[in-house]
Amino acid sequence: MNLFTSSGMSRRHFMGHLAASAATIPALNFISHVKANAAELKKKQKACILMWMSGGPPSIDIWDLKPDSKNGGEFKPISTKGNLQISEHMPKTAAVMDNLSVIRAMSTREADHGRGRYYMHTSYIPNPTVVHPAFGSVVSYEVGSKRKDLEIPAFISIGGGGSSPGFLGMTHSPFLVDASGRINNADPGDVGPDRMEQRLRMLGSVEDGFIRSDRGESGQAHKDVYLKAVNLMRSKQMEAFKIEQEKKEVVDAYSGAPAQGGMMGGGGQFGRSLLMARRLVESGVPFVEVDFGGWDLHANVFETLKNQRLPALDAGIAALTSDLKQRGMLNDVVLVWMGEFARTPRINQDVGRDHWANSWSVMIGGGGLKGGLAIGETDKDGLSVSSPKSYQPGDVWATVAHAMGIPLDTVHKSKNGRPMKLANGGTAIQELVG
Amino acid sequence: MLMDLTRTKSIFAGQITSRLEFSRKVMILVAMAVLPATGFVPAIGLGADESSFTTGSSDVIIQEINSQVRSTWKDNEVDPSPLADDSEWMRRVYLDIVGHIPPVDDVEKFMADKDKAKRTKLIDRLLDDPGYTRNWTTIWTNLCIGQQTPRRVSREGMQKIFREAFGKNRPWKDVVADLVSAEGHYEENGAVNFLLAQMQDQDDGVQMTAKTTRLFMGMQVQCTQCHDHPFNDWKQDQFWQYNSFFRQTAKVDHRRFDQKSGRMVDDFSEIVERNFAGPVYFEKRSGLMKVAYPVYFGTEVNPDGGTDRRKELARLMTTGERPMISVAYINRLWAHFFGYGFTNPIDDISTHIPVTHPALFDRLADEFVKSGYDCKQAMRWIANSEPYNLTSRGTKKNHLDNPAIGEAALFTHVYVKSLTAEQLYDSLIIATNAHKSGRSGWEQAEIQRRDWLQQFVRTFGTDDGEESSSFDGTIPQALMMMNGPLVRDAVNVKPGSQLHDLLTGKGNDVQKVQKLYLTALGRNPTKPELANAQKFFQGNQDTLAVYQDLFWALLNSNEFVFNH
Repeated sequence: MNLFTSSGMSRRHFMGHLAASAATIPALNFISHVKANAAELKKKQKACILMWMSGGPPSIDIWDLKPDSKNGGEFKPISTKGNLQISEHMPKTAAVMDNLSVIRAMSTREADHGRGRYYMHTSYIPNPTVVHPAFGSVVSYEVGSKRKDLEIPAFISIGGGGSSPGFLGMTHSPFLVDASGRINNADPGDVGPDRMEQRLRMLGSVEDGFIRSDRGESGQAHKDVYLKAVNLMRSKQMEAFKIEQEKKEVVDAYSGAPAQGGMMGGGGQFGRSLLMARRLVESGVPFVEVDFGGWDLHANVFETLKNQRLPALDAGIAALTSDLKQRGMLNDVVLVWMGEFARTPRINQDVGRDHWANSWSVMIGGGGLKGGLAIGETDKDGLSVSSPKSYQPGDVWATVAHAMGIPLDTVHKSKNGRPMKLANGGTAIQELVG
Repeated sequence: MLMDLTRTKSIFAGQITSRLEFSRKVMILVAMAVLPATGFVPAIGLGADESSFTTGSSDVIIQEINSQVRSTWKDNEVDPSPLADDSEWMRRVYLDIVGHIPPVDDVEKFMADKDKAKRTKLIDRLLDDPGYTRNWTTIWTNLCIGQQTPRRVSREGMQKIFREAFGKNRPWKDVVADLVSAEGHYEENGAVNFLLAQMQDQDDGVQMTAKTTRLFMGMQVQCTQCHDHPFNDWKQDQFWQYNSFFRQTAKVDHRRFDQKSGRMVDDFSEIVERNFAGPVYFEKRSGLMKVAYPVYFGTEVNPDGGTDRRKELARLMTTGERPMISVAYINRLWAHFFGYGFTNPIDDISTHIPVTHPALFDRLADEFVKSGYDCKQAMRWIANSEPYNLTSRGTKKNHLDNPAIGEAALFTHVYVKSLTAEQLYDSLIIATNAHKSGRSGWEQAEIQRRDWLQQFVRTFGTDDGEESSSFDGTIPQALMMMNGPLVRDAVNVKPGSQLHDLLTGKGNDVQKVQKLYLTALGRNPTKPELANAQKFFQGNQDTLAVYQDLFWALLNSNEFVFNH
């Protein structure tokens, strides 16, 4: 039924599907060759890992320090391997900064948690007319649905609260897992393989009976979702969720252990999530969102950053970047670091920083984008963007789309038929893609 | 001047009653006069334009629906599907009116009932069932405030308003007027929660304007917030004229000191009136600033500070020959029962959206007004109509009637609908008694029930809480049905569960399999299905496992999760 038409599948999208299915029936002697190269090909598949700092991180203490201003706070900048300075509490990241760039000229006007979260995820201001898809859902729709050998969902969100697929439909909603990789209800419990087989055979005959009863497409669509669920339960790709298969050194590198309380600490969780993200991307998942919270620092900002948030953040970003590079994947995997907004340059009476959307930073790297750059700048007190151009989330996502090979002129249709431009018509940032 | 919908006699191209149609109506009237009131005449051997179908009710509006829908079948050269058999129809009417599948005892009784008026009697019984109030309270609470309660909104307060509205069958226009003009404490006057839910952002009443017009008037004016409507006559001014009715509205979020924690915590919220007079200002795309005054379809309201604008709006919305609230309600109701409304989407009733049955739509809206906005009466008309009593199976003679691909709905068969999260959950409980499985105390079972309902709403919920005729399922939903705790308890055969009762009850294996089908799907198994079940019994020593797995399969099936 509407499943295949309502979200306004564009002609180009449809043709893309045709091309993908045509590619699955090559001459027989190609198949073994294709299989032999599958692992290698997967590595070359484009993907994006979004590091989502929920609560709103103080980018002035991380990526755009103001040591000479009263707003500068306690931290000093240090030089990096790239052409920019970052916080002294990010030393490991400084060593890989030649791969990563910082957009210092974000100016996004939404300083409420809910609205900022929506705006940064979708590129659109909340609007009563329509629910826009998060960019992860857009990637699932544009890229994920063409990866025929992907048996797990194309948009996976680790430890986060989820976002909406909007008018693209529930198929493209984020698939939620916690940082331990546990998936709700994926385990059939004490129902063994034989019993499950018997159940599925019985189910198949009831389903087929309904499908044959001339009641439209819904019956088949239901069966298709069950097939996907069963495939997922049985898929080898589920191994990607099991980070316990990684060596201890690798887990330690990602989580900054043992110094920060190891696996059990908050830092451990972010590192573990990033490690899982790498494994998922390696299995062909095109979009993974990793949630790292605790940034709503209205009080005691420097102590919290220095002792808790930044060591974990530093270890995670550095380990992920070097790991991807070592595996030859960094050119294909875009890394994006952002929150719903950042925090006031002014330090409040509780030694905290409040909500601030006027001038802040987003970090982006990998995926073949240029690293080691600072894009744009803020004034000496960090209060406004002082470079000629400021950026919106749509520009960030357009840059990601460019890196992933999603055409920027892609247009989707909302449920009431309105055309919706990819990333709200944002443009890829020239300094990064040029 | 803007299009004045309330004052136009027919906003849609009227259909001229042909002589043929007229004479058919006379024939029907004659036929009704000679038949006893409960006469049940099966529609066999009649042509496409003739039918004396009746559920046992002889209301003239029902005849009107039947005759007008029939005439479009004829015009479009399609034939209706056959009538739904009792079990198919019963499951559907339960889901549509009381929000869950029929309990197995009711199914058996209804199938054995020889009364020719049993369908209309069942409709009346369901409309008086407490489940009716519960179901429609859920539906309208979700429509007004969403499936997840927004911050500073009282779900209980909202539910209380609708429980009273549907429990007492209050006139719809009174309910709408209360919601639009409400003031006060969110539990003492629960009606305020509709507007509170639209006040999540400080947006000058944009969301209130958009939601009120869309939900109660079936008009999508929200895009005119920023520009004139591209396809119809609505201008940007009109959005801000509606908006100006809401600008006296303010909310106060009260806080109180909590002794235990020694901190301030959230207390109640309320809607209060604030001083506001004169025009609202808005910006044209050109950058030009303009003003808008409170105007409702051409009727100007005094813009002075002394006017209670929302009271005026409520009055204007609920007066006139055929107010939009009647048109919008009828369309929503029709879509609720049939899967598609007279317009698609149902909440965009305007000149650029075609209407499937213009004369019938007008007539039903008029009759709804004449009935005193009687919600139950409107449902009675629809549920007793011939098209609602047809099977959902399509035939070769009507396969072109496929609104899913954008064709105008002809209602030659009933369209398949997805169950809402609440319908699915309540139906699973009816079929399985899973909450009682191994839990002896009522309280323990109730706690489990509420916990599961939350999980279902989270997993099966939709963004806008709207009912959907298309299937938009996800892997987590499938996993929850396959491996989740509710279905696991449903088949664990512990005392208290339906499966335990069934298996420890009377009957041989064939009878028990039959009962299993009646319990889950509301119908008997077909011969091939019985034979298939037999094969499983023969191939497996563990008879109990076969029952468990068969019940699991029925609950997980497409046939279970659709309303058809």
